[in-house]
Amino acid sequence: MSRLIEEKEGFPAVLMGNEAIARGALEAGVDVAAGYPGTPSSEIVENLSKVAKERKLYVEWSTNEKVSLEVAAAASFANLRALCAMKQNGVNVASDFLLHLAGSGTRGSLVLVACDDPGALSSVNEGESRHFARLVEVPLLEPADFQEAKDMTKWAFELSEELKTLVMIRSVTRMSHASGNVKYGRLPEKKAKASFRFDGPFLDSQTGPVISFPVDYKHKIIHEKLKKAREIFESSPFNTYEGPKKPELLILTSSVCTLYTREAIHLLGAEKRVGVLKLGTTWPLPPKLVKKHLSMTDKILIVEEVIPFMEETVKILAAEEAREIGIKTFYGKNDGTLPMTGELNPDIVIAALSKILNIPYQAMAPEFEKKVEAATASLAPNRELTFCPGCPHRASFWSIHSALQMDNRKGFVCGDIGCYGMGFFPCGFNVIKILHSMGSGLGLASGFGKLDAFGMDQPVLAVCGDSTFYHAELPPLVNAIHNRANVTLLILDNSGTAMTGFQPHPGLDVNAMGEEVPAVDIAGICKTMGAKVEIGDPFDQQETRRAINRLMEEEGVKVLILRQSCALSPEKKNKKKFEMRVEQSRCIGDECSCNRLCTRIFKCPGLVWDKEKKKSQIDEVICAGCGFCTAICPAGAIVKKEAVN
Amino acid sequence: MKKSQSLKDPLNIILAGVGGQGNVMASRVLANMLSIKGHKITIGETFGMSQRGGSVMSHIRVSDTSTWSPQIPKGRADILIALEPIEALRVMRIYGNPDVKVLVNTRPIHPVGVIAGDFDYPSLETIQKALSALTPNVWMLDATDEAMKLGNPILSNIIMIGAVVGLNLLPLGAVEFKAAIRNFFPEKLLSVNQQAFEIGRNKVMQ
Repeated sequence: MSRLIEEKEGFPAVLMGNEAIARGALEAGVDVAAGYPGTPSSEIVENLSKVAKERKLYVEWSTNEKVSLEVAAAASFANLRALCAMKQNGVNVASDFLLHLAGSGTRGSLVLVACDDPGALSSVNEGESRHFARLVEVPLLEPADFQEAKDMTKWAFELSEELKTLVMIRSVTRMSHASGNVKYGRLPEKKAKASFRFDGPFLDSQTGPVISFPVDYKHKIIHEKLKKAREIFESSPFNTYEGPKKPELLILTSSVCTLYTREAIHLLGAEKRVGVLKLGTTWPLPPKLVKKHLSMTDKILIVEEVIPFMEETVKILAAEEAREIGIKTFYGKNDGTLPMTGELNPDIVIAALSKILNIPYQAMAPEFEKKVEAATASLAPNRELTFCPGCPHRASFWSIHSALQMDNRKGFVCGDIGCYGMGFFPCGFNVIKILHSMGSGLGLASGFGKLDAFGMDQPVLAVCGDSTFYHAELPPLVNAIHNRANVTLLILDNSGTAMTGFQPHPGLDVNAMGEEVPAVDIAGICKTMGAKVEIGDPFDQQETRRAINRLMEEEGVKVLILRQSCALSPEKKNKKKFEMRVEQSRCIGDECSCNRLCTRIFKCPGLVWDKEKKKSQIDEVICAGCGFCTAICPAGAIVKKEAVN
Repeated sequence: MKKSQSLKDPLNIILAGVGGQGNVMASRVLANMLSIKGHKITIGETFGMSQRGGSVMSHIRVSDTSTWSPQIPKGRADILIALEPIEALRVMRIYGNPDVKVLVNTRPIHPVGVIAGDFDYPSLETIQKALSALTPNVWMLDATDEAMKLGNPILSNIIMIGAVVGLNLLPLGAVEFKAAIRNFFPEKLLSVNQQAFEIGRNKVMQ
């Protein structure tokens, strides 16, 4: 049984932020949970799926974030309690429905957890989801530690039920993926029954039909709900103040920035000079509470990630109240005290405080700093991004690269979101030249594929993964076929949502709860739509390269599905298909005209260059035994032997 | 859940390695052992975009009073456990100080830039010399070699935890280890992890 439910009330656990959020949902009696995997949000739905049977939940990995929010909303409309979780990009995907959902209102509680990634630690942007709360006008909560992540999630369900609106919780990577102490609360009895009522009055969203129309009327109702939210937030226990009664500086902060702020004050010994108003309810702001604290002093610092979101709302409030509370000096992102981009950390907050309060601080004694620079300079080369040993993507990109070289018409690849996005980098031989959001690779390729009328004669390729295919490739695929774009789509099918931890997707015959479900066949979809479809094995280097060259010559939309499961997939992990060896008598090392093709260009971490022998070697600890590298050595020195498992 | 002795508060532990070495698991086991002792724990993890081959780092904060930032401030590491030699140097540049205690697994994992011949990987001797110039408390251990004798290089992470206990860097013992691993490993893997722990502990006590 999952440790999330096997312990009793009062149990002192150490939980990851995402586990704490999942536990909070369980304590709120969540009935339905849906989401689409995305770092740093995946563990929320994943943990709920593990306890689905015991806690009588329906949990699904939906095809994309918009669908997941619709699935969760349906549960709310049928008077169940539902949660939906996604990473920041997912909120962009779901935003069209989100706006209408704010207008229609909800019935059973509905909580959206959005996990942002300040600093883009595992994203290609550091976009914010918080502004969506303001844009569509729903309440926004931000937990500042692990206990709060649990308690606030539970409360979000109650708040949603009370206000009849979606409530948004915003986490960040350093909260979702960090761990800390959480004391368990009670798990409720579950006896929810689903039923959708629609026979009530037209304007009654609780019993009548559900719609954001008439807009004028429903928009006013949104604002009544926000007014009520403000009143509730005035006395929320998630908004706390610590510090002196008349601080020299007041800090307003939220989320994990609260922990950075506390650490900074502690290290500078500024406890008697600085007060901290930690806000858990960050939109709409509770005006009286904020006003009361702004009155305490004239200097205000706002510490938050990433955009100056609170900074703007607090400044508006301060301007409105200036007659009573006086003119303030604001420090934050707009004046450059804190950086406008990237994630924060204790040292950045220390630097800001040190400047405002004029307290000198040195993270390292200058003497030690000099010594550490001297002792370690150039000794720790960076670890650039690379594919795992045995990754089928490295093999696919090798063949794509060879095919483009042989074709020699300056063909290029439109990339998409997944591990294979690293095809932008040397590990994918830089074949991806353009990369945006999920599904955009094929959409862009569809556009490029029509530019022959303007003299563009470069072959256009696109890559996408299997999970991404279901998420966002269908509309651009239809578009490319219908509009006769010339595109070669390579679907790198590694049998799961690999980058985020092998969550199942519609191509598999199992769902999030481990039940058997019908698999939706990628090849069948593409064929039915009218594309030419071929299927290959990326580890067959010669045939893959040939197939790509052949398809690039043809008109219209051609799909090549390169199928080989991820090297880290449960069925492959720690099992070598081949024992690999570099036949030392055949490897002529530096003398070979290949100019170290294997380690200089191919660069699988499983192959290392022996500097003394000046020959290539297999690192048996690292090598995953996929066998692909036998195909790249012109001397035939890399040999494979079937492994005994 | 009695506290055996009071520690520096907060005590800052960094566990560094390369994606695929079991860094995250090791940090959770170690943090769980401290939690079993009754300490408050905050763990921050940085693992970047690639599943394998990138620098990975866990920050563990141990306290008796509160939750601390999941990112340790610069220059404030107390204990550094490096599952890979140059990762020890990388961490020292940002979080080092003259009092930090450093335990290093000697098995290198070459960055792709080294494989490609763009950079050199320093000799173990050079690495040890560089570390010893910064702090007198440096221990080197061939944990991966020992783990391979047990049949799986990943066990080096548990061997390193055994060594931390053997060197008395933290007030922990086999009892906490035994209790902690039950939360993370299935029954059939308990004994090999137990063995790995003992090997690490005994190796540094010899």
